[in-house]
Amino acid sequence: MRAWATLRIALRALLRNKMRTVLTMLGMIIGVSAVIAMVGIGNGAKSQIEAQIANLGENVILVFSGSTARGGVHGGWGSAGTLTIDDADAIQREIYGVVGISPEVRSGSQIIAGNQNWNTQVLGESTGYFDLRKWPIVEGVSYTEQDQRSANKVAVVGRTITEQLFAGEDPIGKVLRIRNIPFVITGVLLSKGLSVSGQDQDDVIVIPYTTAMKRLQGVTTLRTINVQMLKPTLLATAQQQIIELLRQRHRIGPGRDDDFTVRNQQEIADMATAQSKTMTLLLGAIAGVSLVVGGIGIMNIMLVSVTERTREIGIRMAVGAHGRDILLQFLIEAVTLSAIGGIIGIGLGVGTSQLLAAKMNWPTLTSPSSIVIAFVFSAAIGIFFGFYPAQKASRLDPIEALRYE
Amino acid sequence: MNAVIQLDDIHKTYHTGEFDVHAVRGVSLAIHQGEFVAVMGASGSGKSTLMNILGCLDRPTGGRYSLDGVDVSELNRDELADIRNRKIGFVFQGFNLLSRTSALENVELPMLYTHHHLSSHELRERAMKSLTIVSLADRADHHPSQLSGGQQQRVAIARALINEPALLLADEPTGNLDSRTSVEIMGTLQKLNDEGITIVMVTHELDIAHYTKRNVIMRDGKVVTDTLVTNRLSAEEELRRLQQAQAEVQLIP
Repeated sequence: MRAWATLRIALRALLRNKMRTVLTMLGMIIGVSAVIAMVGIGNGAKSQIEAQIANLGENVILVFSGSTARGGVHGGWGSAGTLTIDDADAIQREIYGVVGISPEVRSGSQIIAGNQNWNTQVLGESTGYFDLRKWPIVEGVSYTEQDQRSANKVAVVGRTITEQLFAGEDPIGKVLRIRNIPFVITGVLLSKGLSVSGQDQDDVIVIPYTTAMKRLQGVTTLRTINVQMLKPTLLATAQQQIIELLRQRHRIGPGRDDDFTVRNQQEIADMATAQSKTMTLLLGAIAGVSLVVGGIGIMNIMLVSVTERTREIGIRMAVGAHGRDILLQFLIEAVTLSAIGGIIGIGLGVGTSQLLAAKMNWPTLTSPSSIVIAFVFSAAIGIFFGFYPAQKASRLDPIEALRYE
Repeated sequence: MNAVIQLDDIHKTYHTGEFDVHAVRGVSLAIHQGEFVAVMGASGSGKSTLMNILGCLDRPTGGRYSLDGVDVSELNRDELADIRNRKIGFVFQGFNLLSRTSALENVELPMLYTHHHLSSHELRERAMKSLTIVSLADRADHHPSQLSGGQQQRVAIARALINEPALLLADEPTGNLDSRTSVEIMGTLQKLNDEGITIVMVTHELDIAHYTKRNVIMRDGKVVTDTLVTNRLSAEEELRRLQQAQAEVQLIP
């Protein structure tokens, strides 16, 4: 039996019961479009998180201080600070492949400029911080090495600071007071917008770490050391070497816990993407249930169809159709239902996610691969759920089928 | 002359629960090319079972059946389907046409399952030829619901003829038709038989059996009588007579 003739027979049978065909397809359409839209939303969130992670900079290792409690009480950052500038220098000096390093302290502070005031995060960083974080200065310049050495009172500010304190005017060269200490603004950072968790990343002031330690906070320990490596392949060994180096410097004997924590960017990225992956999977699974329900709908209708057309099957068998011909005929019907439903569903799903992106500002991402997978999956559902009814049809006894009323 | 059908001691036993039902108990029969045979018998006589075996829809449980020189008693499902497709044309009591499918496409149906591939043009041409034989070429586009019972049965005959079978099997072909249409259908079958087509027909109507050439009567799964028809009726003459009678009725005021 020729495939083309079988296809025509199958299509005609579907056209004969238009209402039924459309309703059966609807199950697939809803299922596939739900999967496409849901996975699109999940992927959108994931890509946004990934973009945030990339904001950390490339090949970055973060060393946090104070991972252990002193006397059972956890001090906050700073009070339990265990990292020093010497540690940072030692890392830069002794670890192979370090291309940038930025010792970091941070504090929340009230800032004043003119008659405006604002509460923000003040970061003490080295001059290399902006390269390390791939966070360019769009107006003005960074503070200099000289500023850093002399602990000068200079600052680079985020976009939100300029809006809150200077009403969007050019703040370069102007003075703002942090804890009543006057700082001169040398540059403005590129706006990064909101983070995934909704934090304003532009609500920040960056000053030399030396200034922050000596003049602002009066501390001698660091909160974090940002280390940038040359290549991603160096991350794992460098991480290990940093741990050994710091244990040695901090005189931590074997079997004792580290008084610091070393994380590389990959680990942080993995944690964040694991969350978004779980979300995508969950959304996809919920939508997948509707796809399966759609498949069951196809199976149901195909079973009804086989029963209704028992006599037709008998006639076809009497004039020479093999069981295989009948199987193919009903299988093609089922696959056509699911595949056309799938195609329409893909269109609807892509449309839905674009609508969500446009109207509700949800980041959605429908990749070509998810579309291909959805189509193949819907065709596979047609085969899977169509096989049992088709097989039932192909195994009918022609004598019984011809007698069927 | 070559036997189209050669049955040797055919048995068919159904196993239903505790009982064994012996539907056919040893039928031997030879039907030669050009014969027109009516198989008759009361219900339960085994004639339907025999027809299913003759039509290769069912296999005998014992004996040998050779159709057109091929031993078909041991063939599998698919091989039987091919035999039905190439060697047998079926005409059923209930016509068994595909509804909502044109007469032409109904006639084409067996060719869809034939091994040698024909273009749709050739398909159409052959189907039209077959419809012309039963004088229904002008109704090729009609659906079965738009045709009378007699016309539907003629479409079924055209379908049976499409693959030029060795044997035409008719299962109560006039069972659903009024007497006049029945005569018409018998006329069509007689005409085909005159052209050399072998026909085996099941019927329980004695007058219909009189249009055939040979009557086989079955009882309890066995052939009890096998006679040649001596005073064979001609459907053509019968129709002429009916028309005359009708004309006379209309003349009476």
